[in-house]
Amino acid sequence: MTAIPLGVPRRLVEFTLDGQEVRVPEGSTILDACRAAGKEVPTLCQGDTLTPKNACRVCVVELEGARTLVPACSRKAEAGMEVRTDTERARHSRKVVIELLASSVDLSTTPEVAGWIKEYEAKPDRFGPGAARLDEEPKIDNGLYVRDYDKCILCYKCVDACGDQWQNTFAISVSGRGFDARIAVEHDAPLTDSACVYCGNCIEVCPTGALSFRSEFDMRAAGTWDESAQTETTTVCAYCGVGCNLTLHVQDNEIVKVTSPHDNPVTHGNLCIKGRFGYQHVQNRD
Amino acid sequence: MDLHFGDSKPTDEERAAIDGLLGPPESSWEGAARDETGAADLRWARGGREARERRDLLLPGLHAVNDRIGWISEGALDYLCRRLTVPPAEAYGVATFYAMFSVKPRPATVLHVCTDLACAAAGAAELCAGVEARLGPGSGVGVERGPCLGLCERAPAVLAVRAGDPVRTAVSAPTTVARAAETASAPGSAPEEPPPAFAVPQAGDPSLVLLSRVGVVDPASLDDYRAHGGYAALRRAFALGPAGVIREVTDAGLVGRGGAAFPTGRKWQATASQPDRPHYLVCNADESEPGTFKDRVVMEGDPYALVEAMTIAAYAVGAHKGYLYLRGEYPRALRRMEHAIGQARARGLLGEDVLGQGYAFDIEIRRGAGAYICGEETALFNSIEGYRGEPRSKPPFPVEKGLFGKPTAENNVETLVNVLPILTRGAEAYAAIGTPGSTGPKLYCVSGSVDRPGIYELPFGATLGELLESAGVREGLRAVLLGGAAGGFVRPDELDIPLTFEGTRAAGTTLGSGVVMAFDDTVPLPRLLLRIAEFFRDESCGQCVPCRVGTVRQEEALHRIAERRGAAAADDVALLREVGRAMRDASICGLGQTAWNAVESAIDRLGAYE
Ligand SMILES: Cc1cc2nc3c(=O)[nH]c(=O)nc-3n(C[C@H](O)[C@H](O)[C@H](O)COP(=O)(O)O)c2cc1C
Ligand code: SF4
Ligand code: SF4
Ligand code: SF4
Ligand code: FES
Ligand code: FES
Repeated sequence: MTAIPLGVPRRLVEFTLDGQEVRVPEGSTILDACRAAGKEVPTLCQGDTLTPKNACRVCVVELEGARTLVPACSRKAEAGMEVRTDTERARHSRKVVIELLASSVDLSTTPEVAGWIKEYEAKPDRFGPGAARLDEEPKIDNGLYVRDYDKCILCYKCVDACGDQWQNTFAISVSGRGFDARIAVEHDAPLTDSACVYCGNCIEVCPTGALSFRSEFDMRAAGTWDESAQTETTTVCAYCGVGCNLTLHVQDNEIVKVTSPHDNPVTHGNLCIKGRFGYQHVQNRD
Repeated sequence: MDLHFGDSKPTDEERAAIDGLLGPPESSWEGAARDETGAADLRWARGGREARERRDLLLPGLHAVNDRIGWISEGALDYLCRRLTVPPAEAYGVATFYAMFSVKPRPATVLHVCTDLACAAAGAAELCAGVEARLGPGSGVGVERGPCLGLCERAPAVLAVRAGDPVRTAVSAPTTVARAAETASAPGSAPEEPPPAFAVPQAGDPSLVLLSRVGVVDPASLDDYRAHGGYAALRRAFALGPAGVIREVTDAGLVGRGGAAFPTGRKWQATASQPDRPHYLVCNADESEPGTFKDRVVMEGDPYALVEAMTIAAYAVGAHKGYLYLRGEYPRALRRMEHAIGQARARGLLGEDVLGQGYAFDIEIRRGAGAYICGEETALFNSIEGYRGEPRSKPPFPVEKGLFGKPTAENNVETLVNVLPILTRGAEAYAAIGTPGSTGPKLYCVSGSVDRPGIYELPFGATLGELLESAGVREGLRAVLLGGAAGGFVRPDELDIPLTFEGTRAAGTTLGSGVVMAFDDTVPLPRLLLRIAEFFRDESCGQCVPCRVGTVRQEEALHRIAERRGAAAADDVALLREVGRAMRDASICGLGQTAWNAVESAIDRLGAYE
């Protein structure tokens, strides 16, 4: 299903993208324009349903007249801009950012990164074996989901999803600062002692697998997680009258996790604890 | 908002500290005891907009607890959150952002020992080791090594803070192991610091403009300030009207002294012309750049000048409320500014009807809590608003959406104080000082290997050599750091660089906030560079990858090559350059963008690792 926003028609903004004149609706970002023009710009912290925090800086592009590069994901297109997406300067920053990230956290479950490492010829190892890493143990403190901050790139998406952009529970924030900054709940407590309501919307948006279903985490640990063997079926949640869409991920006839389509105009990928985690009864065959 | 508070309860003292700031709670929703009658009604809550508007009291609330107890417990934090309707996770994120707060138990007395550049050159390493040996576990004092305390003219320096009611603070500088230990064990009876004029070697010189009153007026006396020309500028401002004031400031050619050198008149005009209301004025007195202490000396020595200048700026931009964001490690500046603001208010120079002109303006002081990044203008807004001091991305710019999302003019202390002579002398006479491109007088913070460290005031255009000569530069000068940690090094054979914005730019360096640190050849350069890298790693807010990880990788590389030269260092120098380039290009804010400047200049200009 594709969402068709029924807003007021927007004016078009004209600017130059890699030497080509492009026109995008007012309010679009440079990234929107790039995608409309079929250009690839890597992104990590940008998400389709959240306002990006523009923290990862992997999407930077060159803007004529600007002292620094600008993040394509959040910089709004303005008439008359001259933007270049694939210059040596932009590519250099992207390469170094990918190296910095990959040298400090575990990106093994982050989609697309392996491809970018190749494309940008990034060498995350070149900071030497002594390069500081997060080296966090996974936090397994409840039956529903696992927080493995060794994979966290601090994209702020889970914070925004739990906070004022989606869930309004405000159970997650960033604590500490600099390299010691971490995603945490209040007082660094276990999840069970926090304000978390287990809607799992943070898992839905996490781009790296730092937040994952307990089922997925356990299967990965056991070596039985196999995405290629999974089927996805989108259906309607039967618990209450809201009627959220659920996508059931099934492997070997077992539901292994539940996501929700982001382009649903009502829920945008949000679910509550029942829809997200309450699937055991479906497969209870006794 | 669906808030969840844990079971931890505040102690009576913690509750008293918070209630002392916020008043007693009105309902049990806010944490009042449930058995009280009437007021302790569980059925209603002060929520919604009214409660959200109090979120900006989060930082003062954290200070209240930290001042009284020395650290912030779960119970205290939860109670504060209840009172302000702030989610505990967010408040925890804020509390752990600032270096002066602790969320773990620690001794009631903390001794902050400066390990930064000027102090390092004056023997901070031995001082730290000595103090730590003396004040070990059991002494009741927590020793914390930290960045520049803004007392570089009296290096080495320590600041003692003893929690209690009231909190006691004392600084000792220049200090010794024995004096530092004494200061920590009895901060209440530590000897008074030398007067601010001690930091102004030129004090009393009739040619001084900005520093003319430091050491001359009694900083506690409004009458004395008026007797020395105070409030003449504000009268002239009222005569000119807001547009007239902005015209004078523009014609005078005043540019910001906080480091970015942005034209002040343009900033004020852009703020004044915004249709959105209210407008705010923010004075940036965070001054946490290592080597900078000019704003402290102005506030300690001539506090009313800043009150008057803020009033004029606010009048020009159409603001009725001003915030003075004052560095947390400046206890004396805080006392003096609090006193001056109180006096001005009592005498009708602040408040509903300033000088009987029908114009309302008041100033609120906000104390920082140990975070260099909060000097960045948008991080400062977040800090005041009760969020983590993380910079916002620009655009939108503060003149359009600043503090509380409203049009805001933010200026440095020194910038604002320049407005006084502009109005009393007139734009033309002011612009005649200095050079056509850099008008007016400029303050320099001179420290390091000089005989008379302190704040110097010179018209723009004097050379670096002239400045160092007045300060009595010592034999064997090896390098000068211009513009602070975010600035750059220059060589001893470059002392004819004219100290102007255009002159330093032409020489491939920067004036920054006016820091001039001299290092002689006894100072090991690699250690200095390592310290600079360490500073930026510690002070990065952590929001964006190039800065959060880049500062760490740079520090690691500098560690690796500390003892290496030439070909043996080439790999790591290349790596530093590559990371530095991405940090400069892709970081969100000025911290990450400039973090590599000083080290790069040391490599390129001083041949640091050749
Ligand atoms: C990391 C960082 C720290 C800063 N610290 C200060 C500071 O301590 N004091 C200050 O006035 N400006 C500081 N600035 C500059 C401010 O962001 C801002 O440009 C300045 O306060 C504007 O005032 P001005 O126009 O009067 O210079 C800092 C900037 C950055 C990027
Ligand atoms: S846990 Fe995931 S969503 Fe949250 S900040 Fe880390 S990477 Fe982003
Ligand atoms: S996910 Fe939750 S809110 Fe949505 S339909 Fe199911 S039970 Fe209702
Ligand atoms: S450059 Fe550094 S200080 Fe600035 S936003 Fe990025 S991480 Fe924070
Ligand atoms: S995707 Fe744009 S900054 Fe992260
Ligand atoms: S006070 Fe120590 S370097 Fe400034």
